[in-house]
Order: sequence, then C-alpha cells, then structure tokens
Amino acid sequence: MIDYSFIVDFLFMWIRVATPILLASLGAILCEKSGVVNLGLDGIMLISALFGVLGSAYGGNLIWGVIAGVGSALIISGIFAYFHLVLKANAVLCGTAVNTIASGLTVFALQLATGEKGSSSSLKSYTFPTVNIPFIKDIPILGDILSGHNLITYIAFLMVIVIWIFMYKTPLGLRMRAVGENPNAASSVGQNVIKIRFLAILLCGVLVGFGGMYLSMGYLSMFTRDMVAGRGFIALAACAMGQATPVGVLISSMVFAFFDGLSNILQLLQIPSEFVQMLPYVATIFGLTVYSIQKIRLQKKKSKEIQQNAIE
Amino acid sequence: MDSNKRIRIIVDITKLIITILVSCGLVTLIVLVTSSDPVNAFSSFFLGPFTSVRRIGNIVEAASPLMFTALAVIMIFSAGQFSMISEGAFFIGTLGAMMIATSVPLPAGIHPIVAILVAGAMGAAVALIPAVLKMKWQVSEVVTSLMLNYVVQFFAIYMVSYHFREISSSSLASIEFKDTSILPVIIRGTRIHLGIVLGVILCIITYFLLYRTTFGMKLRTVGNNAKFAHYSGIKVTGIMVISQVIAGALAGMGGGAEILGMYNRFKWTTSPGYGWSGIVVALLARDNPLMVPLAALFMGYLNVGANIMARNSDVSSEVVQIIQGVMILMIAAEALLKKWKQKMIVKAAKSEAGMKGDVIND
Amino acid sequence: MEAKREVLRMENIVKVYSNGVMANKGINFSINAGEIHALSGENGAGKSTLMKIIFGEEQPTSGDIYINGQKTVITSPQLAIKLGIGMVHQHFMLVSSMTVAENVILGVEPTKGILINMKHAIKQVEEIAEKYNMNINPKMKVEDLTVGQKQKVEILKALFRGAKILILDEPTAVLTPQETTELFEELKRLRDSGYTIIFISHKLNEVKELCNRITIIRHGKSMGVYDVKTVTEQDISNLMVGRDVILNIEKSAPKIGKTTIRVSDLTIIGENGKHCINRLSFSLREGEILGIAGVEGNGQLELVEALTGLRKYNAGSIEICGKEISQCNVKDIRKLAVSHIPEDRMTTGAAPSLSITENMLSDKISSNSFSKHGIINKRAIKQYGIDMVKQYQILCKNPDVSIDSLSGGNIQKAVLARELSNNPKIIIADQPTRGVDVGATEFIHKRLINMRDNKKSVLLISSDLNEVLGLSDSIIVMHEGRIAAYFPDAAKITELQLGGYMLGIEKQSEEEIKEVRHGQ
Repeated sequence: MIDYSFIVDFLFMWIRVATPILLASLGAILCEKSGVVNLGLDGIMLISALFGVLGSAYGGNLIWGVIAGVGSALIISGIFAYFHLVLKANAVLCGTAVNTIASGLTVFALQLATGEKGSSSSLKSYTFPTVNIPFIKDIPILGDILSGHNLITYIAFLMVIVIWIFMYKTPLGLRMRAVGENPNAASSVGQNVIKIRFLAILLCGVLVGFGGMYLSMGYLSMFTRDMVAGRGFIALAACAMGQATPVGVLISSMVFAFFDGLSNILQLLQIPSEFVQMLPYVATIFGLTVYSIQKIRLQKKKSKEIQQNAIE
Repeated sequence: MDSNKRIRIIVDITKLIITILVSCGLVTLIVLVTSSDPVNAFSSFFLGPFTSVRRIGNIVEAASPLMFTALAVIMIFSAGQFSMISEGAFFIGTLGAMMIATSVPLPAGIHPIVAILVAGAMGAAVALIPAVLKMKWQVSEVVTSLMLNYVVQFFAIYMVSYHFREISSSSLASIEFKDTSILPVIIRGTRIHLGIVLGVILCIITYFLLYRTTFGMKLRTVGNNAKFAHYSGIKVTGIMVISQVIAGALAGMGGGAEILGMYNRFKWTTSPGYGWSGIVVALLARDNPLMVPLAALFMGYLNVGANIMARNSDVSSEVVQIIQGVMILMIAAEALLKKWKQKMIVKAAKSEAGMKGDVIND
Repeated sequence: MEAKREVLRMENIVKVYSNGVMANKGINFSINAGEIHALSGENGAGKSTLMKIIFGEEQPTSGDIYINGQKTVITSPQLAIKLGIGMVHQHFMLVSSMTVAENVILGVEPTKGILINMKHAIKQVEEIAEKYNMNINPKMKVEDLTVGQKQKVEILKALFRGAKILILDEPTAVLTPQETTELFEELKRLRDSGYTIIFISHKLNEVKELCNRITIIRHGKSMGVYDVKTVTEQDISNLMVGRDVILNIEKSAPKIGKTTIRVSDLTIIGENGKHCINRLSFSLREGEILGIAGVEGNGQLELVEALTGLRKYNAGSIEICGKEISQCNVKDIRKLAVSHIPEDRMTTGAAPSLSITENMLSDKISSNSFSKHGIINKRAIKQYGIDMVKQYQILCKNPDVSIDSLSGGNIQKAVLARELSNNPKIIIADQPTRGVDVGATEFIHKRLINMRDNKKSVLLISSDLNEVLGLSDSIIVMHEGRIAAYFPDAAKITELQLGGYMLGIEKQSEEEIKEVRHGQ
C-alpha cells in the first residue's frame, strides 16, 4: 500500500528545491539572450545569501535583509559587468573571479560578524514568510502540494510569466534579444550594446540574488559556508537545456531539482552520503549530454529528411 | 624589436605592477577597516613570510602545487578551451597517489614515481570526460568540468572514508603512507620537497611543448582561430582533446606531488582549491610557462602572508581569495591602460608618417 | 538653378588606430543636399574609416565635422542617427530571426503602455515602404528574404529614423545587375527629393552612371573633388593609384595539359533543403585558368568547400588527379597538391594574433623542412619567414609581427605565400583580390598567371567581372547551383553578356555546357 503522503511530501519538497534553481536560471536567460556568458551566478547567490542574513540581522527586520541581499547582488553583478563589458575582460575569467571573491568575502564577512566561519546560526536573521493560499490550501492532496510554500517560491514561478512578457513583448526585451543575436545590427540603429548588456547583467543579478536569499532566508534560516554548492552552475545548465526560454527553463529546472530532491530521500537509505551528494552534479552532466545528443540526433534526422526530399 | 611590440610589453608589465599594487592596496584597506591592530596585521602579512627560513620555505611549498595547476590552465586556454577541470584533476591525483602510497608496496625511489604517474593518469582520465563530451556532442566543457569537480570531490572523500580510512583518527584521515612513498625534503630547515623540482621541470617541458614542437604550434593555432586551423589541415578536435588530457595529467601529477611531499596521510575534507589559484597564476604569468614559477612564488607569498596574519591578528585568511578574484579581474581587463597604450602608438605612428607637429591633444 | 547647400563638411580629419595604422591623414570632405556623391579609393585607402567617423562608430584623432554649418562631435551611431545620418553597411546589420518590422522599429518601438504595439509598428513600416516605392512585407522574417530585399530593409531602417544623408558602402557588391538597376532608380528618386547620398564604390562605371561628384581618397589623403561629368574612368583610376593602372591584364595563350580536377554530377544539398549545387559537371586542366562567374550565393562557396575537403557532398563525384576525394579530409586533399585561397581571409585564412611566419607555416609545420620528430627547426622557419616576406613583397616591420597589424592586401599576400609556396598542382582562388589594393591585386594576378604558365591548374572564383574576364582563359557561369554557360574563350565575351547568364535570364544549351567536361 503506497503511502501517498510520502508522494505529497516529495512533490512539495520538489517545488521547494526547484525555487533557487529556477530563479537563477531565469536570470541566466537574460544574460544568455543578450549575449553575455555569466559564470558568476554561484558567487552572486552566495553573496546575496550572506548579506541578506546580515542585513536582516543588523537591520532588525526582513526589509533590510532584502535591501542588503539585492543590493549586494547588484554591486557584485555591477563589478562583473564593468570589468567584462567596459574593461573588456574575458567572460569566463570574470565569472571565475566573481566566484572566487564571493567565497572569500562571505567567509571573511561571516567571521567578522559572528566570530566563526561555519554558519550564521548565532545571528538572529529573518526569513521570508510562508504563504497559505486561501481556497487552494483546502483542496485535498493538491492543496498540500501547492499551498504553504515560501513567498519566494511563488514569486519564482510567477517570474516565469513575467520574464516571458518582458523578453517577447517589451521594447527592452526586443533590444536585448537583438543585442544577443546580432550586436552589430543593434548598434547600427543606435542601441548601446554595452548599456543593454549591463542592464541584463544587473537584472539577472536581482533574480539570482533572490535565489540566493531564498537559500538562507527561506529554505534554511541561516547562512552556512558554501551553501550554494554549485546551484548557480546547475542553473546555467538548465538555461542551456531550456534553450534560454522561460518555459524551457522551468522544465529543466524542475528536472534538476528532482535529482537534488532525490538526494535528500536517498540519505535515508544506506547509500554512502557522498554518492547521494554527487547525484545532482552527475545528473546535470548526464542531462546536458543527453540533451545535446538528442539535439544532434534531431538535427541529423531533420537534415536527412531534407536531403531525401530534395533528391526526390 | 618593432615599436608596437615594445609598447605592448611595457604596457603589460605596467598592468601587472598596477594589479599587484591594487591588490596590496586592497589588503591594506581591508585590514585598516576591519582590524583592531592593523600594524600587526600588516607586518604579519607583508613581512611575516620573510621572518624565518621556515617561513620562506613555506612560500616555496605553497607555490609548488600552483605551478602544476597553472600549467594545466595554460595548456587548456592556449587551445581556446575553457575547461575548469584542473581543480578536479588535481584532487583525483591526490587520491590516486594516496592509494598507491598506502596500499602498493614498492621500493623507495620507485614508489613516489609510480604514485605520481598514477596520479597523473587519473587526472588525465578525469580531464578526458569533458573533452570528449565536447568533441562528440558539443556539450559545454565549462559546465561539465565544473560539475565533474564536485563529483570528483565527493568520490575522493568517499574512497578515503570507506576504503582507506584510519579508524583510530577522530577526523577524516587516510591510513598512513608508507615511508618509501614520501617525497624527500631537499632543503634542510624547511619542508621544500622534491615535488617542487618536478614542478619546475614540468614548466620547462610545457614551454618546450608549446613553443618548440609542431604539436604546440598546432595547438596555439587552434586556440587562435580554430576555423583557420581546420582549413590548414590540422586535426582540430583531436588537438583540443589531447591538450585537455595533458592538462589533466599535469594537474593530477601536481596533486600527487603535493600530497606525497607535504603530508603522510590524506586529510582533506574538501578540495583545497589549487585549481582556482592556478588560474590566477597562469594569468600573472601571461600564459608563459617559463614565468609560472615566479608567478607561483608570488601567489605563495600572498597565501603565507595571509596565514601568518590570520594566526597573529584578527584578520582571517580568506582575504587572499578576495585578492585573487580582484587580480583575475584586473589582469583580464584588456582595456585597462588602453588609452595610454593608444597614445604611445599614435605618437610612434605619427613620427613614422613624417607629420610635423606635437603630441595630439585628446 | 538652385545653389547647392552644403549639408556636411569634414575638415582635416586624422585617424590613427590602436594598432598604429594611420587610416586618415588630414582629409577634407564636403557634400551638398540633393546630390549623389561618390567616395572612391583603393581598399585600405581610408574610405571606410572616414564613413565610420561620420556615423559615430569611430572618433577622429583630430579634425572637425560641421553639419549644416554647425560644428558637431558625433560621439555615437545614436547621435549620428539623430543628426539625420543613416548608414547602409556592406555586410547587412539585420537580426535574422526577427521580422522586417521588428528590425525596422528596433530602438524606436511604438508602445502601448510598457508593451510593444506591434500592429502599429507593422502599419508604420508598410506606409513608409509604400512612400519610397519598396515592395517589402513587414511580417516576413529577415532570414527568408533575398539579398536585394535585405538591402531594402537596411535602407528602410535609415529612412524610418529620418535620415537625410544616406551612406551606402559598396552596395552593389552583392546585387545582380537587375537589382543594381532597381537600386539606382531608388537612389535617384531619393536624390531628387533632396536627400544626400554618399556612394562608396570603386566600380567606376557605376560611379559614372549614378553620381554627381566624386571625392577620391588615396593612402589616407584626399586627392580632390571632381565633377563626374568632367573626369574619365582613367583619370579617376590614376588619381586613386597615382600611376597608370593597366586595366587589361596581359597574358600569353594557354598551353593546356591533362585533367587535374574532374567533377561529375556533383550535388550538394544545404541545411534548408535547397540544392546548393545541382548535378554540376566540369573538368579543370593543367595550364589553364578556369573562371567561375556568378552572383555570390549560387553555389560557388559550397563548390570550393567540397573541392577542398571542408564540406561533404551528397551525390556525384570529385576526382583530383585521378583520386576520388569523398573520403578525404582537408589534410589529405592538401597532400594532393591542392592549395586554397579562401574567400574570407580573416575568418578562415589567418590566425590574427599569430605571427606572419606562423601563419604562413600553418599547413606545413610537420614537413621535414621545418621540423624533425615533432620538434621545430627554429632557424629554418625564421629563414622561411624572411624569404617569403621578400618574395611576396609583404609590407611589414618583420615576419614576427602578428598578422593582424597588416593591411588587407598584405595579409592576402601572406595567404598567397603560404598557398603558393607549397608548389601546388592546383590552386583554388576564391575572391583572391577582394578588399585588396590595386598594387597587391596586380601582384596576385601576376602570380596566378605565372602559375598557369607553369602548367598548374587555377580555378578562379570571383564576383569581380573585370577580374574574371581579364584573368580567365575560359569561364563558367554558375546560377542556382548549376552551370548556366560555358565560354571556352574568355576573350570573346563581355560583361553584359555574362550578366544575362548570371541572372538566369539566359541559359546555354546542354551541348554547349557539356563542352566544359572536355569529353569526360
């Protein structure tokens, strides 16, 4: 007899786990579409996770936490944007630099604030509220899965629609896509490619920043060292797999989150924890590879068809 | 040497000096702002590493693993690839060396050599994965290598915890290495070990490989313009894969040399991060293998200084990571000093065109 | 007659690039309302730089610009557009996956709240297309348009933003003669409505036909402004080069030998299902220069790629020196003594940051003369670099500078040095003098004829009809992946005749075309 509450719990957790990945990969869409390779997502999440906690702890409420979290994400994104776009530094190197700075800075700041390097548990920091949606929460089964999530989770899923509208229906979205596909075309009509990419990086920073804050102010209620654990890179992979479209990214984020969540369950079985921890990363490599193979196979099939039709 | 080349070298060196100054300045700033005893922190950081033979030795010891990973990065970047696998290759190298050092009895002299070779082979194998995925199915080597680094880390920890664990130890440690496997110290009073010599030798070999062999020239051509390389009849994908495999071997050997030179047990619980520092060293060395020892020594100096500072004062050693990140940004910034460079070039060009008049007003 | 009003004046413009090249050395330039003004000069003379300065894409190192009498600094394309300057680039600046309307409104999108008002945008584009007599459907994706239509979109983009001064950079380079005529009509209409057009071209016959005045640039300096009616093509040419350029290329009669390349029923199908090459057959023989004429995009590139191993083909066969090459890769084909001067030297023909010497050795570094057991012979390659630079008259400081510091013509000479020094049997020259100055062009032509006189086979693909007619012994015209015509004696046809075949208006009979197979 299958205990369906187990399934409900799993689905609930699945949505929770997907939240930071989804937010980060939506941010990645903005960079990808405007032609920027942003590898620093991990670092940005780490920084916003810490400073959100610090902000709320020292400011005394959640709002200060949000300001500090988003603010720090914007600052580090701005630095990345400045060095990459204005000073013409290679994108991969800039992203790596951001991650390096972030891991040093967060532990350093953590130690300054709490005297220890492991976690911020000694600080009283705030979290985003959970939301129990009226009506929905009362639906049997579905209600338990969909209601009662953290506010940020709902925002994340809402952002899928917002980003879609932004990218495809607003002037700025059109310009961003033009800049990404053919920057020469954009500058020939007087668009400032650098300004637009800068903006894309900053907006990405906001989204990614919320993803980071969710980790330390929603998922958990404190900051722990290295808590992002590569989710920024998983988000990049999700963006690639989702063809940098909001819906595509939603699907691939859910796929990766599935494995991330699975690892939580498998811990309960006797499998060595290291293998369980490996799972999301292996899944990402696997997923990306499978996706690429599919893409190539589809391409080959399509061109074979085309060739056949042409010959006939 | 033509004037353009001379100008470029002058600007490069200036950029490096500025980068170092800015980094030192940043350290100074952070110390002033956060420390209750800045003078102590400063002297610990900047002068500390020179205060004893032992500490100077620490600089060299810290530089050693960075040489290997920097060479790996140079090999990869020169082929135009962006695999970040040097971190994972290094770590699996330490695992491989540990396995041979603890479980395979061999005579002294041979033992460390075999261990390091195995380490290199395992590093090469790990680096092969992103390379092949890219070659066959165009999977981005950036993402796969980053993911693989995590996989390698967990795998290595698993192996140590479940198969090579020292039961009597409270923290994670492997069983002890056999005496025959450990690399000897070559300078008394320090811990400077034979592995460092290996590092320097590999720098020379890598330089030779890149600039004196046909393989190296083909590699640099691929890195410069892959389409052109293909048109010239060069087997582009093969070269890309081989360069990454060699890089993995270099990083892996670095891991082996590090663990056998500095430790008698495997004690890490996370990957030590030499791969990332290796990137900075490669940048400081301007992708020139012969400059790597010098750049690595500088990096080593910073690390030692930070550790001493952390022990003697209230500034934690993570400062170095912040500095590293800033250095990467500054060195990578092509447009830094561009205006100055442009002015010099314009001046040279004008004098050649034979036009009268003074320096142009910008 | 109305006095001509000056709309733009550039005074004493100097421009030095970051690699030290001085492109403009104190140029004066002035244009009036209601005129088509030609700007001519060899490639590398400084025309493009001057126009980039007008359009705000580059800043002059010194000098002033006056627009309608007002001193102005044009800091960006955005400002240039506001000032009424529009640029139609040689290589189109369009976003392929977007529609015509989206491309035209980019940056000036009509909005409803925060969203784009697409309906309104489409209407606006339709209106303006009608006003200027251009037949374009705003809803079509740019990637589905013809070359001529894409150019119209480019012009529409400029007009949509209120351009009064239009700069056209080599606009006819990619057009068929028919499309060129249409373009000229359009430009004359615009001129008569008071617009100013700067027509950058070195096609002197077109300048004569279309333009009112001409400014000639040579080596970064202006050689003066002239009334087109009062100068001859020879005069212009002399001013451009400074000596009597022989517009006719001298060569002796060809001595034809055996077949080196045999192409039979070659078929290549592109990614979109269209036949790039459709049952193409011809033979190339020793001692001849076979020219392939045709508008770009009719299969020439794919043919070259198939012949050099850069592309696989779907059906038919290619035999080089008797060997079927379907299983061969690039290196194998190079081993068959085939050399390839690629169409785009910067993307395919050179590695920008490597030295000239390294570029010239890229295909032969493993040979015994330059390396033993994988180790480079430094002295040999240094000597090779020095020898080649001398032999091919490559203007540079020394062979160890990076190749991207050279001008286009000198880079092409380095490409030539690499390809011809292998002692090839077959040379495939794809647009060998595109973007190359007259002096280097002459050099390259002489070399190719020299090869042919030494019993080599030369396959010449060129969209420059003068080059094709002057250099080739016989000519194939390619149209839509097929041979539309074969002329065994190039001396007996004219550009006008070729044009008809190039457009597909005329086509030879099967018998006449079959002759190019020379009985195989």
